[in-house]
Amino acid sequence: MALTREHGVSDVEDVRKHTISILVDDETGVLARVAGLFSGRGYNIESLTVAQVDAKNKLSRITIVALGTPMVIEQIKAQANRLVPVHDVVDLTVDGPAVEREMALVKTVASGEKRVESLRIADIFRARAVDSSHNSFIFEITGSTDKIDSFIDLMRPLGLTEISRTGVVAMVRGTKPT
Amino acid sequence: MASSNEMTGAEIVIKALIDQGVDVIFGYPGGAVLPLYDALFEHNAIRHILVRHEQAAVHAAEGYARSTGKPGVVLVTSGPGATNAVTGLTDALMDSVPIVCLTGQVATHLIGSDAFQEADTVGITRACTKHNWLVKDVNDLARSMHEAFIVATGGRPGPVVVDLPKDVQLAKGLYLEPMRVQHKTYRPKLKGDLASIREAVEMIAAAKRPLFYTGGGVINSGPGAVQLLTDFVRMTGYPITSTLMGLGAYPASDKQFLGMVGMHGKVETNYAMHDCDLMINVGARFDDRVTGRLDAFSPGSKKIHIDIDPSSINKIVPIDVPIIGDVGHVLEDMIKVWKSKVHRPDADALEKWWSQIKEWRAIDSLKYEQADDVIKPQYAIQRLYELTKDRDVYITTEVGQHQMWAAQHYGFDKPNHWLTSGGLGTMGYGLPAAIGVQVAHPDALVIDIAGEASIQMNIQELSTAMQHRLPVKLFIINNRYMGMVRQWQELMHGGRYSETYSEALPDFVKLAEAFGATGLRVEKPGDVDDVIKKMLAAEGPVIVDVVVDQLENCFPMMPSGAAHNEMVLSAEDKAIEVSAEAAALL
Repeated sequence: MALTREHGVSDVEDVRKHTISILVDDETGVLARVAGLFSGRGYNIESLTVAQVDAKNKLSRITIVALGTPMVIEQIKAQANRLVPVHDVVDLTVDGPAVEREMALVKTVASGEKRVESLRIADIFRARAVDSSHNSFIFEITGSTDKIDSFIDLMRPLGLTEISRTGVVAMVRGTKPT
Repeated sequence: MASSNEMTGAEIVIKALIDQGVDVIFGYPGGAVLPLYDALFEHNAIRHILVRHEQAAVHAAEGYARSTGKPGVVLVTSGPGATNAVTGLTDALMDSVPIVCLTGQVATHLIGSDAFQEADTVGITRACTKHNWLVKDVNDLARSMHEAFIVATGGRPGPVVVDLPKDVQLAKGLYLEPMRVQHKTYRPKLKGDLASIREAVEMIAAAKRPLFYTGGGVINSGPGAVQLLTDFVRMTGYPITSTLMGLGAYPASDKQFLGMVGMHGKVETNYAMHDCDLMINVGARFDDRVTGRLDAFSPGSKKIHIDIDPSSINKIVPIDVPIIGDVGHVLEDMIKVWKSKVHRPDADALEKWWSQIKEWRAIDSLKYEQADDVIKPQYAIQRLYELTKDRDVYITTEVGQHQMWAAQHYGFDKPNHWLTSGGLGTMGYGLPAAIGVQVAHPDALVIDIAGEASIQMNIQELSTAMQHRLPVKLFIINNRYMGMVRQWQELMHGGRYSETYSEALPDFVKLAEAFGATGLRVEKPGDVDDVIKKMLAAEGPVIVDVVVDQLENCFPMMPSGAAHNEMVLSAEDKAIEVSAEAAALL
């Protein structure tokens, strides 16, 4: 993905990663509206997750990790808020502190010492083997994006063949609602 | 139980339109909207204007909306009907015009099967509407219809689409009255934050070189806001400028009005923009045609920005005091605060500022020389202004040089009387928009100031004007070039006129006659007044082919990538040197 949006006033300086939580009506096309906003205006998404969180009121939560200067992030929030099915937009990076978690499934295919080593590392990272055959594992790992990145790096020489990640989900710490 | 409220989907749509106060719709029938047209056939409350192309239906609805302040309503069929409407919808989105566009859709069980005249209308129009609905259940229809009006007209106005599958139009369902529908989430903020308003008023009172910079938001806010703006500007005695979209919100003939700002704005306006110490932005959005080079944009000023759309704040230019709210509400509070504290502007500073502005005014940057042989386009428009200004006149335009000359040389003293495609710059806007205006104001004089290239983009609508007896006047500034593109080619691309000559032009007089309209032509400056008088005396639609100087350029000009204090006054002024970076700008 391209790094920043060309912006007349604030240039490439001060580009940060923000985790933004958007509460939306769970209706057809709402994800396309949010995703289309990012592609149409040239903003950058690092990850996006979405699922229904309130069946009774038909609400979904979209969690987006976006890159941008403060001016761009402010625009992203204002533009998202402008979408009609959007109830609330919260910048967890600014309004936090927040818990941010991601899950990944990591498949390794190996035998012998590599296979044993992968189990040892999985243990250190508190990853669980959720599938196993004579020469493969699927590990399930949960944690911060950084932790998952390092786990994947360590698995690379140990027969890593496939990765599936959820992207970040997040919530404000303490009693305050997100 | 509520059987009296049970009706077909098509009847629900018509009932909702009537309950929303709609008296006219612009449309074009087709297979997927037959039930709607059938329901329309039985109602006399709504007048249907049959256009010749769906794009024109939307522009006509825009003309209706912008000249009345009411939403414009469009009805088109599925597939090509909907895709043809896309340009109009995008135009309305860019210029914040309230449009409710109803599109037919194939029956719900056919959606996704590539059925005849099927298109993913909500998918295609997602990016060019404020919001859109695909109504799959007839019992959601009334709610969606009313929500469509709430969203189109609320906050910053804009276009919406309601996509109506044919089986939903035929199914029976329950009708809901408008007052029983409230939108779940959509609540634009109207009142501005009072602390920010107080802070802004302090800054306004203390300014030494202030400037009001006003835009289409004032007009969208309504006649109340227009009056409040005039009151407040006169209270302060400060100079005021306007964007293209805002012309008419403040009387152009008033001495405090400097003229239009931006790429083809007057020198005094752009210099004032550059040198002011306080910019009071009322309902404008720092469009690139206004700001020019951003890093040189009004470097010494503090900026106040009143806008109903929070995403307009800090989008392009950092703002010192943002006020989110409706222009009318905010100005009302501002005036109250201003009066309560008996604010008096710094008279000495203001006098110095005005005398500086007068010096710039003396440059007379709109001047041109009219010789005996060839008509200057500016002269034609100026004469048109002089001979029509005392009437109830509405001006629409197409896009290009003629549009800028119209903005420069036609004075607008009233809001909602100037209709032009500002944001999208849609050639082909003017004629259908004029039709929409004339439908809303049957007795008014409606003139489309056009170019010979633009007018051909929707010329088929002359037939619409004939059918519905709408006496619109087309005043074609004919220089046999796509003039604005040619101007840029002359100034920035070494005079290589690639594909900009208007080859094989029709004979516009005969063209008018072919439609059953009146055709007139003028070639000599001395005959201009005469032809305008003939145009005004003619009963139905008229085309006036004004044959003008082919190579006249529109000046002054702030080339893209230049700053407000780097205006080019004439072709001889200086060669325009454009950096690679600036050339990439539009």
